[in-house]
Amino acid sequence: MENMVNIYLFGKKYEVPSNLTIMCAMEYAGYQLVRGCGCRNGFCGACATIYRIKGERELKSCLACQTKVEDNMYIATLPFFPLVKQVYDMEKVKPTDAIMMQLYPEIYACIGCNACTKSCTQGLNVMQYIAYAQRGDFEKCAEESFDCVMCGVCSSRCPAGISHPQVAMLARRLNGKYLAPECAHLNDRVQEIKDGTFVELIEALMQKPIEEIKELYNNREIEK
Amino acid sequence: MYSEKFQKSLAAVEAARDKNIAYEPARMTAQQKEDLLAAYHPDYKQDEFDTLKIGPNKGDKVPKELAATLQAHSRITADSVDLCTPDYDVDVLIIGGGGAGASAAIEANEAGANVMIVTKLRIGDANTMMAEGGIQAADKPNDSPAIHFVDAFGGGHFAAKRELLSKLVCDAPEAIQWLSNLGVEFDKDENGTMITTHGGGTSRKRMHAAKDYSGAEIMRTLRDEVLNRGIPVVDFTSAIELILDENGNAAGAVLMNMETKELLVAKAKTVIIATGGAGRMHYQGFPTSNHYGATADGLVLGYRAGAKLLYAETLQYHPTGAAYPEQIFGALVTEKVRSIGAKLVNAKGEVFMHPLETRDVAAASIIRECTTRENGVDTGDGCGVWLDTPMIEKIGGEGTIEKRIPAMMRMFEKYGIDIRKEPILVYPTLHYQNGGLDIDADCMTTNVKNLYVAGEAVGGIHGRNRLMGNSLLDIIVFGRSAGQNAAKACKDITVGKLTLDHVASFEKEIADAGIVTDTVSPKLLPDYTRRK
Repeated sequence: MENMVNIYLFGKKYEVPSNLTIMCAMEYAGYQLVRGCGCRNGFCGACATIYRIKGERELKSCLACQTKVEDNMYIATLPFFPLVKQVYDMEKVKPTDAIMMQLYPEIYACIGCNACTKSCTQGLNVMQYIAYAQRGDFEKCAEESFDCVMCGVCSSRCPAGISHPQVAMLARRLNGKYLAPECAHLNDRVQEIKDGTFVELIEALMQKPIEEIKELYNNREIEK
Repeated sequence: MYSEKFQKSLAAVEAARDKNIAYEPARMTAQQKEDLLAAYHPDYKQDEFDTLKIGPNKGDKVPKELAATLQAHSRITADSVDLCTPDYDVDVLIIGGGGAGASAAIEANEAGANVMIVTKLRIGDANTMMAEGGIQAADKPNDSPAIHFVDAFGGGHFAAKRELLSKLVCDAPEAIQWLSNLGVEFDKDENGTMITTHGGGTSRKRMHAAKDYSGAEIMRTLRDEVLNRGIPVVDFTSAIELILDENGNAAGAVLMNMETKELLVAKAKTVIIATGGAGRMHYQGFPTSNHYGATADGLVLGYRAGAKLLYAETLQYHPTGAAYPEQIFGALVTEKVRSIGAKLVNAKGEVFMHPLETRDVAAASIIRECTTRENGVDTGDGCGVWLDTPMIEKIGGEGTIEKRIPAMMRMFEKYGIDIRKEPILVYPTLHYQNGGLDIDADCMTTNVKNLYVAGEAVGGIHGRNRLMGNSLLDIIVFGRSAGQNAAKACKDITVGKLTLDHVASFEKEIADAGIVTDTVSPKLLPDYTRRK
């Protein structure tokens, strides 16, 4: 006999096996999911969920695909949250102090309540990465926010109306494009290919009988 | 924290760890690999395949579940949709909102075409988002596109279409550069040199990564760029049939709102299928590492419209799906875990293979260990072998796991397993559709004009097995190329009268072949609801 628990999906009670994730529990209860379900592996942020255990004060948040049900869990999914995404031309924006003020000025209205950090489904220090963004330290903002799945729970809890995941997205792109060191060997190789350096080698492989390529493959030197 | 029943085996793994780190297992010979695959790889289990009775690949064998969905009824009848007043009229219609679709959209937009994406979930709900390990490109001085070619061609059992593979490897460095310029954060050292590792079957360290969120980092950046460009994304809307014009060329698609079921018509000069893979078909009952919508839709759409499939009978079972705990059964444990030092160890604490054989060989080897050799670990729901993650910290120093594979650490941490201190249990999981629609180097299908394909829905780029890191690469290379070529072709296309006659004639073929089925396709989403 499976160990069963009671959960409340949008307030309605269902009895489900205790070993299921919230997502699988919803399916067990009979929901054919369309919204609120994406990668089912904790990467896409589609299944943001808020819950409260009966009798407790604290409102918790999680990804439904990554969290086991508990007895007396009151569950509401948050399959969409209206984040603000500013539109910009990546070739024209620059990693300057002014850019955040221009695009996401609300970050300077942060009151330091830390509700974002407390609610992060990935356990990130969200308020800290917003602080880095305020200071124009995009590299640190990018690093601190790297594991963000953009589920939007932080923004749903923010009294200042900040769209944290979008702020971090901009910071990461600025960092990746403008601040990270240029890769010389990559640029060289792209140029070599444009110059036709490998054309002959590739042409030879295009014509080579299968048996000869097998020889090449089975005797290739493998870098340690 | 593992329960009591695992402790004995765990103790054996721990006791042998230092010895196992030092031990360099031999790689298998070509003959050993062939024998192993024939005996243990799921692709070789003849009774799991059916022969197609109708369509462009009539007579070919494909997995039973795919045969059923390819030879199923349409969700509509040809005369039930009014094609005269399209809801959308665009130059380039892209079906699918993953990495290939987004890359295609950006390039088509860049070329000046009026482009639109339809996707049945949200843009970014795709296997791209879940690709963890990395993306290959031969950009180091000791490497070349030719070496990359040989690695991939051999890894795919010498079956790849060479013109597709050469495009893949030659356009790879530029793909990385393009992504970098969009702001994708690759792992680099302070001089800008890419931090690269091996993948299974590579002969050079050419795996570029963004920690173990490589695909997520690429996908969220591409999505952001699509939105910045104002490209329309019609989400929660699936394509359920292609529309052809009176000349037999692709000319749009019938769409269905996934929530309201409303049907819509999109007319287009060119169509790009970028619908991804098929893990949610659960071939042979395997769990899958794929996202919720991976149901081979593009193959069905293309097949009904007359496009040919190539290598649809070959699937990739990723050797290391999570085997425990059950909540993450089948979830991907990135190959990067092995790239940075963890070895595969059986219940007795023995290293039973080289950790970086190609995926098909590694999967077959694990299945052998868990079946005839009886060296697997009983997980309660099945069987698995150990992937000895603490080796990584011993080799690379404390903190390596948190820095290089944070997503893996987080995934197991949620269930009380600290992968820095304890190994994890793995078993093969359905991961990738090697085969797909047959295209030429310009990404157009070989027999339906103006129908382009990119990404996992393509067959032939990799042959009969794919190397790690060549899929993230192919969605970028072929996605971009499909977008560019479709946009360019548009300038000379005049769309004739729209028709769904192919849907009617396919129905007739089903009847004529005596196929009796209740199945409708494309499947769109799996059904995991409990049936009482």
